[in-house]
Formats: sequence, structure tokens, C-alpha cells
Amino acid sequence: MSREAAGGQTPWEVFIRPRRGLSHQHVGSVHGADADMAIANARDLYTRRGDPLSIWVVRSDAVRASSPDEKDPFFSNGADKPYRYPQMYVPLSEAGDHDE
Amino acid sequence: MTTEAGSTAAAADDVKQRDEYFDALVAAGECVEPRDWLPDGYRRMVLRQIAQHAHSEIIGMQPEGSWLTRAPSLHRKAALLAKVQDEAGHGLYLYAAAETLGVTRAELLDALHNGHQRSSDTFNQPALTWADTGAIAWLTDGAAVINQAPLCRTSYGPYARAMQRVCQEETFHVRQGYDLLWSLCRGTREQQEMAQDAVDRWWLPAVALMFGPPDTVEGGDGDTRAAALGAAVSRRSMAWGIKRHTNDELRQRFIDNVVPQAERLGVTLPDPAIRWNEERGHYDFTPVTWQVYRTAVAAGAQCGRQRLAHRVAAHEAGAWVRAAADAYAARPVTERQEP
Repeated sequence: MSREAAGGQTPWEVFIRPRRGLSHQHVGSVHGADADMAIANARDLYTRRGDPLSIWVVRSDAVRASSPDEKDPFFSNGADKPYRYPQMYVPLSEAGDHDE
Repeated sequence: MTTEAGSTAAAADDVKQRDEYFDALVAAGECVEPRDWLPDGYRRMVLRQIAQHAHSEIIGMQPEGSWLTRAPSLHRKAALLAKVQDEAGHGLYLYAAAETLGVTRAELLDALHNGHQRSSDTFNQPALTWADTGAIAWLTDGAAVINQAPLCRTSYGPYARAMQRVCQEETFHVRQGYDLLWSLCRGTREQQEMAQDAVDRWWLPAVALMFGPPDTVEGGDGDTRAAALGAAVSRRSMAWGIKRHTNDELRQRFIDNVVPQAERLGVTLPDPAIRWNEERGHYDFTPVTWQVYRTAVAAGAQCGRQRLAHRVAAHEAGAWVRAAADAYAARPVTERQEP
């Protein structure tokens, strides 16, 4: 992901909290020579309408991601474990699976 | 020897598996994401389409942008400014989507500036009067909405997400353009004529150039090869889920939308063949043949060169701003002025 950045072209990922009660969500990316310029560009690009509460910018090359090649073994902890779901157990009432 | 043969076979297996995985993903209607393995052909096709789309957005700022200083009221000026700013934003969403395919925005702009990549021919027409800003927004943005709504479900995830943002904003573009023409059509005789004149000028760019050449192999011998090639690319693009409908399907959809809007407005669409066809449940119109398409492209050639020259000049004139931003960012933190 890391590329030679010139002409203010460092890429940043943009996260916006659209309203209270929600976490920041990834909305896209912008270029900016530094964090302040990236924030200003993100405001101009992603908040022209509506009333968002806050913006985060993170340098794109600072994002550490799981590799797609590792996909199967890396996420195997979540697969094939039916005993982690409530439906696998006796319901608490006649209404069946809709109980708590 | 054994090891080498073994690893070659394993590599071939890997490639086959990757191909199958990719095809299954697309067939299941799933989004392809940047870190997935992509076939080269898919990457090239998506990149070419996103780049052309991005270039069209920023070149498309020019015809309307030229009227910003001459808008007839503060309200119209604010609306037009917001619209033109949106087009810049659409370009940026799309350049960002293209960057996920391993190119930089600078490379894409270079390709536009040196002619290796092109923007849509639609905007290679002069905006001669204030009414053109209305006709452009109503007709070409109206055509864009038809084109772009299915692209919100295009198979490449970053492109689809960019298009979802674009589409949310296009509705405003079309409405403010229609509203502008609405006022002119209810104004003086000169204003009505100005509206009609602008609609006449932008009709063919919208109908022919926004939707591209016909999908069918028709027309003269010289056109057959181009048409067959175009149709093959179109089929490939649809098989990969990049494109969802043929050019002619989308064109018909546009005509069906826009004819009642024109009647309500009180302008005449410059196509005498337009009439409701009860049997088909669609409006008939003069088919956009390869000849019509080529004529429309050629009509904009000179203005197209001016648009590109203007774009290059703006980019070069802005070089000092980019250099200043870099110099500022490179300064030690202690030298910066606190806000």
C-alpha cells in the first residue's frame, strides 16, 4: 500500500461518526500532505451534506490488515463451532428460539 | 527435477483454484474487494471504466463551471456552485476507488492529460447560454442517474460504494436543473426560447453519448467490426458483473423517463420520432445508430480539445499549491504555527 507520496498525495482513510450513538465508520479515502490537510479534505469531500459529529483520518499505510491469503486458518476460530450459538440449546419457553 | 515439476503443477493448481474462486464469487453476486486476487482482464476493465468515469466527472465541471460568475441570482449561484463542487467530489470518490487497483491519482491525471485515457464525449459541447446549465443537469445528469443506479451494485466493491455516494447526490443535480428550466419556461418569450435552444443542444449528447454506441451490429460495413468488438467487451463486462444492462436498455429507460418530464416542462424534444408505443409499453424514438453516435462524437472534437487544454492549464497552474502543501508538511513540528 505504501507508495511514493508527492504533491500532497499521501493517502488517508477517512472515518466519520454520522451521529451520536454510532461508532466511526469507514467512508472512503482522501489525499493530504499531512493530517490537518487530510482532515480538511475529508470534511470537504465527505461532509457536504448532513451534520456529522466527527472525523478521523488514518494514514492508509498505517492500517495493518489480515492477509486474504491467510483467510482460512486465520479465521478458523469462528467456524464450525455451533455450540457458540444459543439456538443449539433447549429454549427457555414454549415460544422457542425467541426467548432470551 | 521432481521438485520443480511438482511446484509447477502446484502453481497451476493454485491459478485454477484462484480463477474458480473468483468466478464463483462474481456468479454469487458477491462484491470483489481490493485485496482479493483478480484476473488481469477484470482489473484492466474495471480500472478503465472507473478512470474514464472519474475523468468525465472533472471535465464535466467545465461547461457549468463557466456560468458560475454569471448566475442570475444568489440562489441559483449557490445551487450551481454546490452542483459543480459535487462533480469534483464525484471525481475524487472515483479516483480513490481506482487507487485501490494499484495506480495513483497522479498517474491517472497524467493519462488524461497526455491523451492515453479519455473522458466521456458528452461534455465536449459549449454551454452557450445560462439555460445550458439547466439542460445539462436535467438531461445529462438525468442520463447519468439511469446509468449509475445499476452501478451501485457493480461487482467491484470500492466502485459500487463510490457510486452509492454519487447517486445520492445526482438527484439534487437533476432537480435543480429541471427547476431552472421550469422557471425559464414560465418566463418571457426570450427565456422560453433560450430553454428550448439549450434542450436542442444537449439532447443528442445525453441520448447518444451518455449511453454509448448501440449494442447491436448494424450500420455500414466499416461499423461492423467496431460494433462486434464493442458488443464482445459489453458481454464480458456483464459476465463479470461490472456492467448490469446494455447501452440500449438504459437508453430506452432514459427516454421513457424524460418524455413526460419534457411535456410537463413545455419544451419539445428534438426528435420527431418520439411517440408512445402501446404495444411495447415504451416510447419509440430515433435509434442511435453507429453513424448518429460518430456524428455526435465528431461534433464535439474541437470543444473537447479546449476542455482538455483548460484542464492541463489548471493542473499546471496549481503545481505551486501542491509544492507548498508538501513543503509545509515537511517542516519540523516546532516551526508550525499553532491554530
